Amino acid sequence: MNSPAESSALPARFVALGKAMRAHGLAVGTSEITDAARVCRTLGFDDRRRLRAGIAAAVLRRADDRTVFDQLFDIYFPAAVGRRTDAVASLDELRERLTEALATADQRAAAEIAAATVELLGRVTDGDGWSAAQALDALAPQLLIAAAQNRARMTGAAGADSGSGGSGSGSSGAGGQSQRDGSGIPNERPAAPTSDDTSWAMNPWDVPDSRSEQLTDRIDRDEIRDRVAAFRRAVESETRRRNAEVRDRDRLARLAIPPSLQRRDFLTAGAGQLALMQRELDPLARKLAARLTSRERAGRSAIDVRRTLRASMSTGGVPIEPVYQRRAPHRPDLVLLADLSGSVGGFSSFTMLLMQALHQHFRRVRIFGFVSTTAEITDVVRELPPGASLTSWALGTPALIGRGTSSSYDWGLGTFARGHLAALGHRSTVLILGDARNNFGDPNTEALQQISRRARHTVWLNPEPAGMWDRGDSLARVYGRIVDMHECRNLEQLRDFVAQLLPVH
Amino acid sequence: MSTPAFVSVDDARDRLGATGYLASEDIATTAYLAAVLGRPLLVEGPAGVGKTALAGALAAATDSAMLRLQCYEGVDEARALYEWNHAKQLLRITAEQSGGWDDVRTDIFGEEFLLERPLLAAVRAQRPTVLLIDELDKADEELEGLLLELLSEFQITIPELGTIRAAHRPMVVVTSNASRELSEALRRRCLFLHIDYPDAELEQRIVKSHVPDLDDELAASLVRVIGALRGLDLRKAPSVAETVDWASTLVSLDADRLDPELVRRSLGVILKHRSDIELATTKLDLDRELAG
Repeated sequence: MNSPAESSALPARFVALGKAMRAHGLAVGTSEITDAARVCRTLGFDDRRRLRAGIAAAVLRRADDRTVFDQLFDIYFPAAVGRRTDAVASLDELRERLTEALATADQRAAAEIAAATVELLGRVTDGDGWSAAQALDALAPQLLIAAAQNRARMTGAAGADSGSGGSGSGSSGAGGQSQRDGSGIPNERPAAPTSDDTSWAMNPWDVPDSRSEQLTDRIDRDEIRDRVAAFRRAVESETRRRNAEVRDRDRLARLAIPPSLQRRDFLTAGAGQLALMQRELDPLARKLAARLTSRERAGRSAIDVRRTLRASMSTGGVPIEPVYQRRAPHRPDLVLLADLSGSVGGFSSFTMLLMQALHQHFRRVRIFGFVSTTAEITDVVRELPPGASLTSWALGTPALIGRGTSSSYDWGLGTFARGHLAALGHRSTVLILGDARNNFGDPNTEALQQISRRARHTVWLNPEPAGMWDRGDSLARVYGRIVDMHECRNLEQLRDFVAQLLPVH
Repeated sequence: MSTPAFVSVDDARDRLGATGYLASEDIATTAYLAAVLGRPLLVEGPAGVGKTALAGALAAATDSAMLRLQCYEGVDEARALYEWNHAKQLLRITAEQSGGWDDVRTDIFGEEFLLERPLLAAVRAQRPTVLLIDELDKADEELEGLLLELLSEFQITIPELGTIRAAHRPMVVVTSNASRELSEALRRRCLFLHIDYPDAELEQRIVKSHVPDLDDELAASLVRVIGALRGLDLRKAPSVAETVDWASTLVSLDADRLDPELVRRSLGVILKHRSDIELATTKLDLDRELAG
């Protein structure tokens, strides 16, 4: 431990960290907090990175919680106090230094620039405190991507073939192309513009290279974009650190960190979040399957010889009581009917994840999708990569848009009732996923009634907040009178639905 | 408890390194803590990043014996813990027909008739042991319940023999690919370690340590391409194991730099689905030769 003052405040610090984690929906018990303190005593404060890893190992239970933890850790165990940069640079100098750091993948320099950025550009003008958004808006790091990419190639050229010298002007491109590459690969590239005076007008990434292309050039733009994202995170965490000094730590921990995965809306989820959701959905799908599984079948199965003999030990080897093999539980049918139109775009990626997760746990899942007409898409869902967006695919599939590309529950339910009712049996559970927004068309409640009569259960999951139901063209209440409709906007609600609301048998 | 296996995080990292396992800071720190605090280690992460290898490296680094329980659907008490040798018990019973009831009753549940399985073997081991419980997520939930006693108390209760307590507390490594959620009770008993893909610098060193003949510059480009592929929306992202495989493939092809033709030919080493290969071909623009 560094100083007595620090060590005396330490237990309170850990308790506060635990409390903040709980507020973000992470299950942290007293034993975890005790563990964290033990870790801290074992590792000491010398190496912050190790301390972070060690405390994470003690308090975390799943990898998805790591982002929330990292941000809270920065607030309760700040890297430093006060400003970390001495020389306050100008905006141009920051841009220049960041371009260099992005080009050379220099993480330490990027961290220093992040600190300087917050110092120079992040201070909120009226009142005390710091704003990451303001700093990033002023710096605009995304505009440096092209220049950094260009610079990376130039320096790469200087390192790779020492002769060319790697000057960035347009004219050296043509000369450079002729001097290398004896392998006889035909040059398919159109001749580079050669007049010198146009080079200033070109996009930086269109400037012809002064060296031969390398395969890795095709990915360096993505790499630099990732570095910019990392730089943004560094600015954000630096802002939190500075704010933690001037504001109430606990309040900051509660408000300045985006909601955890559990409470994030499906409708607005981005690609990265969906990937995280996927892992959450799988256990939910398993629970759903378990809840729907009936245990009512009787009858005997084959004798389990090993366990019969094991049981017979108590009677000296005489098998008095035969033990039967456990029977695999019967699995019910599940039929999914999903709205794939553009209005539920974000939701449909989630739908896709849910459908794929359910697929693994039900013996028989049939999946139907509709925009304006309904078609079976079971095989499509099985083939597509996880998390792929179905919306664009659906809007290009004739079987789904037979009545136009805006969603029609009238025709969707109608074509299902007419063409696919045979998919339903007395063991089927129908799960309808959609926002019940019908573009002011006919509700066609008769079709929904037909479906719900034929199936054992019909349940509707609606991704819109219940307060929005029945506003505009929503038919939520109309359909809700026929089948159970549940608000299902985030993982937490889906979990509640699976655990409590789902009718069993 | 015996003396801890490692004296510091650096020691843990160096000794793991000496066995050929290049550990990141996170891995070294958590491994050290697991050894010092005497806690089981729950390791999660994508396939092929070295979860199972970590257990092997820990065993080698601490000079311990390694016991492994490979989990699968339907693995049960008899496979994991112990089993009575029924045949031998029956033989004993029939051999003792003339003997007294008391002899037989006390004898047939003696240690002689006990078949050790990995968990029991780990508890009864007379020397330091690393117990690897591999892919626990593949096993049924009952097995987790069975493990709870072992993981918190390092003891096992056999009804006929009583409770057996570990003489040497084994170092336990549980791995999971998260194909199913493990129970909270189990997670609470373990230190948690998520092994992700290594950063570029570490991955380059890992590749070099496995394929020493690899040219430095080629190794760097290789790792960059793999990193870019991991950023794509692939069904099965290439793992460290695939990077190493690819590196040795390229070495055996005598390659000194990456060109589209070469990558296209060897893409099957790193990607295992046709759709993934198509996606990578588009992304890296492999149908077009290098310009210049």
